[in-house]
Amino acid sequence: MSLLNVSHLRVDFNTRNGHTIAVNDLSFTVEKGQITAIIGESGSGKSVACYSLLGLLPQPPASIESGEAWFEGQDLLALPESELRAVRGRDIAMVFQDPMTCLNPFMTVGDQLIEPLRFHKKVGKKEALQRAKELLVEVGIRDPETTINNYPHEFSGGMRQRVMIAMALINEPKLLIADEPTTALDVTIQAQILALIADLQKRRDIGVIFISHDLAVVADIADQIIVMEKGVMVEQGDRTAIFTHAQHPYTQKLLAAIPRKTKEILAQSSDALISVKHLKTYFGHGKDLVKAVDDVSFEIYRGETLGLVGESGSGKSTIGRSLLRLVGHTEGSIQFDQQELTTLNKEELKATRQKMQMIFQDPYASLNPRMSVYDTLAEPLLLHQIETRATVESAVLSLMDDVGLARAFIRKYPHEFSGGQRQRIAIGRALATKPQFIVADEPVSALDVTIQAQILELLADLGKHYGLTLLFVSHDLAVVRQIADRIIVLYQGKIVESGRNREVLEAPKAEYTKSLLNSIPSAFRALN
Amino acid sequence: MTDITMYAEKGTSLWEDAWRRLRKNRLALAGLLVLGAFVTIAILTPWIAPYAYDAQNLNLGATPPSAAHWLGTDVFGRDLLTQIMYGGRISLAVGFVATAVALLIGISWGAIAGYLGGRVDAVMMRIVDILYALPFMIFIVLLMVVFGRNLLLLFLAIGAVEWLTMARIMRGQVQALRQQEFVEAAISLGLSPLTIVRRHIVPNALGPIIVYTTLTIPSVMLLEAFLSFLGLGIQPPKTSWGLLISYGAETMEEYPWLLIYPGLALTITLFALNFLGDGLRDALDVRRSAD
Repeated sequence: MSLLNVSHLRVDFNTRNGHTIAVNDLSFTVEKGQITAIIGESGSGKSVACYSLLGLLPQPPASIESGEAWFEGQDLLALPESELRAVRGRDIAMVFQDPMTCLNPFMTVGDQLIEPLRFHKKVGKKEALQRAKELLVEVGIRDPETTINNYPHEFSGGMRQRVMIAMALINEPKLLIADEPTTALDVTIQAQILALIADLQKRRDIGVIFISHDLAVVADIADQIIVMEKGVMVEQGDRTAIFTHAQHPYTQKLLAAIPRKTKEILAQSSDALISVKHLKTYFGHGKDLVKAVDDVSFEIYRGETLGLVGESGSGKSTIGRSLLRLVGHTEGSIQFDQQELTTLNKEELKATRQKMQMIFQDPYASLNPRMSVYDTLAEPLLLHQIETRATVESAVLSLMDDVGLARAFIRKYPHEFSGGQRQRIAIGRALATKPQFIVADEPVSALDVTIQAQILELLADLGKHYGLTLLFVSHDLAVVRQIADRIIVLYQGKIVESGRNREVLEAPKAEYTKSLLNSIPSAFRALN
Repeated sequence: MTDITMYAEKGTSLWEDAWRRLRKNRLALAGLLVLGAFVTIAILTPWIAPYAYDAQNLNLGATPPSAAHWLGTDVFGRDLLTQIMYGGRISLAVGFVATAVALLIGISWGAIAGYLGGRVDAVMMRIVDILYALPFMIFIVLLMVVFGRNLLLLFLAIGAVEWLTMARIMRGQVQALRQQEFVEAAISLGLSPLTIVRRHIVPNALGPIIVYTTLTIPSVMLLEAFLSFLGLGIQPPKTSWGLLISYGAETMEEYPWLLIYPGLALTITLFALNFLGDGLRDALDVRRSAD
């Protein structure tokens, strides 16, 4: 018998803007001792389905229209809230995406860990704490005697996620639901957490539902894979079947979107457009001094795409922002087309800004919500007097054509677009001044995988079309190698490795580069 | 250019979206209508008032509501309806003008402090703190004593006090917005700080300010009523709702209508403003725009 047997689940949403079916006729099973991955893009209903099982959806607007979910002889969907509460956290536990917002910042980790234990099993405090320490060791946290009295902010993101996992496991649940548990983490940490979940699942012989938008992430650990699109399950099968002969076009599209190609480099110019020498950018002073960028020198050649890879805190974004003079630097020189940028006055800076632009990570934050597409794209054109009031509208339209936005959207506002479309607007804005150089700061990491692939392709095309020089900043080596000609690997503000695309990927010299490469899930490495 | 507008799909700006939500809120809409009616009456008063505002009829004295005087007359035989209409002009004017003064100073002050940050911000906000600490009554009394009592001064005095909170709200908004990537994008486009504040920051910060404004107007009107009640505000024969209430309170036992009707006018206005403010808060709340 299956651990969890969901049949014909349907969840609707009734909002002011209309009625939507979030999950439609979903049936699946989760076996004991297996990891079932539910894959889908935002809006596919993957999280909604799992949340509805635990009664975690706000009703209204959500309403569970039909379906059954049998778990240990009871139908979860038919249980009253009081009984469901007993199941939640005891027999079924959850791990969420963002470990910072899920931990109470005012309670020590120890107190939070033992809370579910004391609530569900009425265990004494001493015994509970002992149990918590053992668990912390099990999830790979050293020195539990001290860490148990620490507060969440004293942990790194990866460590916090370990704590969350320990918290989920403390009542020895039979089913663990992990909702994008690694999405907020760096790649190397992601690999560790994935290994931990797989290891714990085997050792404890429990069932796991792993929700993710990214097929590549579950390539190593999932036994069963369910693919959802727009509330409907389009394909289900074991891992090998999905990865080797996916039937449904949507699954094939998801697979195709996984970045796995390495860019072929044709001719390489050696004429430096940008040359950075001994750049240092420090924040704070005294004891709080942070050396975000610590003595970095490199060149970006005309027409190339340079990939800047590193984890959070490596200083990669700070370098990008330093080049555009969005943050002040501490020391060093930055030359753009033989012109020193660090000593420019206001007027000169404004003139240079026309030649260098930026594309930001979060298309939800990088567009002014009160400005329509027209306003957003026309602003730089009018500011730099590239177009006049009379000609600006047709220039905006041709920009929209370039970035693949339908002309009919010209009067629409950012909130009326999807993430991918918004990123297209942001790219259009960056291209408006016909810059020679663009810094793209994690331009695809906030997007769904299939959209990622489209945006990457767009950037590559536009790069060629406009003859752009691109600095592509990313934490994801798999993405970078698809678009970059040369790669620089950063670690704690310093360059640890640099070289041409293939050299770095195939014969990495630095240990850190090797660990980055190893954190790309192996099953999908095997796909190449 | 015309062919483009022909096939362009109509977009919904956040303002239009908020207006659409406000229209669904009946209470807020009722508030808006009542307010509109009161303002229209106030503007038209000199032409539609049944009597002249200083026309006394000492022979008549205080009479209860009748066909000739719908809301009755006061001890000097003046028509109460006329008094309330003229009083409304002053009360509403104080409410709107003083709030506008507060809005103007508060938004600019808060936006500049919040955007520039650092030392400028520290100095500007300490000034706000100091003004906060000054006892408000003493400040107004001093102003009245030094400059004499006049309407313009009353506007300024109240506005000068109310802008402080406005500046603080604005500064908080701007500080949060300054971190947003679209502001960084604007900087990297080469926009000047002034343009960035005007085009990218202020429009996005206006939501809470508008809500606070609708709640400031009633508090300003109450303040005027309070000052008039104390004898520091409007002087007869000019009148305001506060002043009428003050007189009405003195003769409450013999002539209750002299208190009830001006009180009612003020209360209805305050209710209307509060309902409108409440509706605006819901309508402008960005978190709600998702549902």
